[in-house]
Amino acid sequence: MPTDLLFKTLPLAQQTTVRIYIDEQMHEVPGTLSVAAALLAAGHLACRTTPVGDNERAPFCMMGVCFDCLLEIDGVPNRQGCMTLVRDGMQVRRMQGARSIA
Amino acid sequence: MQKTFDIAVVGGGLVGMAIAFGLAKRGKRVVVCDGEDNALRAARGNFGLVWVQGKGANCVNYARWSLHSADAWQGFADELLARSGVSIGFCRPGGFNIAQSREELASKAEAMQRLHLAEPRLKFEVLESKELAQRLPAVGPHAAGAIYSPNDGHVSPLYTLRALFAAYERVGGEYAPNANVTEINPTSGSFRLRVANGHTLEAGRVVLAAGLGNRTLAPQVGLRAPVKPLRGQILVTERVRPFLAHPTIYVRQTVEGSVLVGDSAEDVGFNDGVTPDVLADIARRAIAPFPLLEHVRVVRAWGALRVMTPDGLPIYEESASHPGAYLATCHSGVTLAAAHCDTVAPWILGGDRPALLDTFYANRFAV
Repeated sequence: MPTDLLFKTLPLAQQTTVRIYIDEQMHEVPGTLSVAAALLAAGHLACRTTPVGDNERAPFCMMGVCFDCLLEIDGVPNRQGCMTLVRDGMQVRRMQGARSIA
Repeated sequence: MQKTFDIAVVGGGLVGMAIAFGLAKRGKRVVVCDGEDNALRAARGNFGLVWVQGKGANCVNYARWSLHSADAWQGFADELLARSGVSIGFCRPGGFNIAQSREELASKAEAMQRLHLAEPRLKFEVLESKELAQRLPAVGPHAAGAIYSPNDGHVSPLYTLRALFAAYERVGGEYAPNANVTEINPTSGSFRLRVANGHTLEAGRVVLAAGLGNRTLAPQVGLRAPVKPLRGQILVTERVRPFLAHPTIYVRQTVEGSVLVGDSAEDVGFNDGVTPDVLADIARRAIAPFPLLEHVRVVRAWGALRVMTPDGLPIYEESASHPGAYLATCHSGVTLAAAHCDTVAPWILGGDRPALLDTFYANRFAV
């Protein structure tokens, strides 16, 4: 069963929409979503790869515990996508491994 | 319930487990009596350096003892991997001790020169700021220079402890958790240990490796362990791409990418908490030489209590009044682990006491 069928936005949430950019691609998403939910709604199941084994990770708990939804949001890496609400014009990048500081 | 062992090791930290593994792999029936989960555990709070440079500035034999262990560490790590399957992230690329001013660099260089004259195997280089920038590109423009020594390395202390437990159990060692030793009674030719859960153990020999707990246990078998707690606080950051290929005495990057930043030294009794002022100071002193850490997120902080003798040096001793009772205490459980496993354990099994250890009797405090 394709997993994308599992993600449906409830009618209640479909009021205003905002434009966010995921890896520079524009998406129009409900303004009440968290960034992690917006990624799932946009069809991006994996939002990062792990620093050590380079394995893909998808948001798991959606409540701030698992840290599997780490994303670069508006230039700040390793932010928890499930704990951040979308905002019009937001730039989101999926993270490849650990953040670089050098 | 009563059980009989060849040797009981009191304390399941890095010191106790390294010795216990060294004893058990040589075919002895060993039991490790460990404390409760909330015991003070230096082994679970330390920084993970296998460090030689600068140690023993007032005692060359301590420098030699540290070097002896550091030289044995690769073999120790290989053996732990082979016996436990746990990779502990040991590497020895040489370490840097960064100086913030020319005066600081000069005084560090002078101390290293004195050690090198006394023991030529203690190698070091003095790097001025320009050379340091080439060797360690992550260092910013404000560091005056650094001492580099090829003798230094680092390891994951938690994986080391886990590997020691696994290797120890695979060679038949027994582990008793929640078995705080409250009383040691020397009986004829052996020792009877009373533990907190009401059990009694009997062992032919006993090794006290209980860190700060040795203070009260040692006198029961005619030994002295005048050790005191000295708190250190540590910060750990989120994982970042590898940027620091060498450990420094103050900042190191783990194999997983986290950056550990320490240390501090406070005499606050048995309080192992953290304080904002010390943590802020630790962060400032890390950012000064490594400006690229400024926006890296801190994910955890912790405090742990070092086990310090009045002169900072270890004690290794067999009781004169109760032969078969041994004391091993130090504050470098990581650096000295290889020596504890393969030099101290054979001595406890009846081999000659290593000559280097003659420096480390407790009677040096009796003057």
